[in-house]
Amino acid sequence: MENYLSLFETYDVPAAFWVNIQLSFWAAIWALAVGTVLALFRISPIPSLQWFGAAYVNIFRNTPLTIILAFGFLGLFSVMQISLASDLNLSLFRIAIVGLALYHAAFVCEAIRSGVNTVPLGQAEAARAIGLSFLPAARLIILPQAFRGAIAPLGNVLIALIKNSTVAAAGSVATESSGLMKTMIEFRSDLVIPIFLTFALGFVILVIPIGLLTTWASRKLAVAR
Amino acid sequence: MSAQQVLFDAPGPRARRNILIGNIVGVLVVLGILAWVVSALAAKGQLAGSMWAPFLESRTWEFFILPGLLNTLKAAGISIVTSVLFGLVFGVGRLSHSAPIRWFAGLVVEVLRAVPVLLMMIFFWLALGSSGAVQPQDAPLIAVVIALTLYNGSVIAELVRSGVHGLPKGQREAGMAIGLTRNQSLRTIEVPQALIAMLPALISQFVVILKDSALGFIITYPELLQFTRRLGVGEGNVIPSLFVAAAIFIAINFALSSLATRLSTLLSFRTKGRKPAAKGAIAMDAAST
Repeated sequence: MENYLSLFETYDVPAAFWVNIQLSFWAAIWALAVGTVLALFRISPIPSLQWFGAAYVNIFRNTPLTIILAFGFLGLFSVMQISLASDLNLSLFRIAIVGLALYHAAFVCEAIRSGVNTVPLGQAEAARAIGLSFLPAARLIILPQAFRGAIAPLGNVLIALIKNSTVAAAGSVATESSGLMKTMIEFRSDLVIPIFLTFALGFVILVIPIGLLTTWASRKLAVAR
Repeated sequence: MSAQQVLFDAPGPRARRNILIGNIVGVLVVLGILAWVVSALAAKGQLAGSMWAPFLESRTWEFFILPGLLNTLKAAGISIVTSVLFGLVFGVGRLSHSAPIRWFAGLVVEVLRAVPVLLMMIFFWLALGSSGAVQPQDAPLIAVVIALTLYNGSVIAELVRSGVHGLPKGQREAGMAIGLTRNQSLRTIEVPQALIAMLPALISQFVVILKDSALGFIITYPELLQFTRRLGVGEGNVIPSLFVAAAIFIAINFALSSLATRLSTLLSFRTKGRKPAAKGAIAMDAAST
């Protein structure tokens, strides 16, 4: 027990989780923005934008996240020498955020589209009947209801994003929790199970409340029909 | 809202002109982005013939891509079988008549779904490697398979459960009327039907397994990404190699996803008249790596 507690003096476990939370937070915001635009593309009347949205979703949904994040480090950072900050670690951190956001944007797009599917046909017809064209109808009538219908799937995307932020290890963000867990187990192989349980519990504590909260919110905010 | 065309009217002459203009602008913007990416790649010499030439040689495929692909398919194939078994056992467990079994299965499934697959992979890799229970060179594959099984098996257990809940109540009543016990009716009547109704969602989960097998890259399992990275470092063409690896993954997963979509329309007649549970389930956990 004393052995176990001394781990927390040597290794800063909360700091590693904080890196994952920050990665998830920024990636979630960007993924939500990009995913909403993609969803708008896919329901718009313009064929080239529909096609672009569909191609984006199919490509990013079917590529392993590990490849995307490894590409960020090996391709963008090492070969293309793209850096998003003067500080090396900050640059890798931001490249990982870009990778996470681009990957999850495809799932956000699909979640919002499933939300659009919950909006009854009559709503769009009514929007047209009062003279709204595509963008005002989408902005004022369809999307607000679609977001409320999409809370549960969006919550699932957020949960996946938090767990997937550990894959940033493939993008050489060494300070996040899966990297720290690896280091800790390598140096303290006598405590391998307690170390794993600590990190597993950390994610259970992060993820399960979000699941409960989004389930509750999706019921509470669902448009009564 | 099924017919999305209703978001905009059947276009008149003016709307048709606007859509045409929008379409041209859209094409130009997309082409502009592509041109920018291509020119950035070209500026770093990534589009030179020598970068892509290795993929025309048979030894590249023989020594790098095919062995990597084979290891990827091996890890994914084993994990698919074990995940389905795990999912069946715990899915039936969650539907069990006995409360302790139900709670235990529920707890296991909920916790395993909350833990990142990569954490489990790293844990089993290091724990198995240092314990000496397995040969050190086997530890990565075994860790990949165990981690994928625990996570995806839990998701499949939920699929089994929601599939059985989606069945009409009469199925169980009929089973009990002909003298089956609850468990017999579950095993022989309800679960097989649930699996067929859930087949599209199940195949989507296989896509997740195949994609997640690329996490093996991080724990030194020599799968496709690992081999293509080695190729890229050796030939000095990291970006082309990663593109090829991604293209192979996309091709396989796209084929599997299309199969799932085709099956869900094919199977829709079986679920006619009741809520299509399979549809929501596809979206359920698809966002996993």
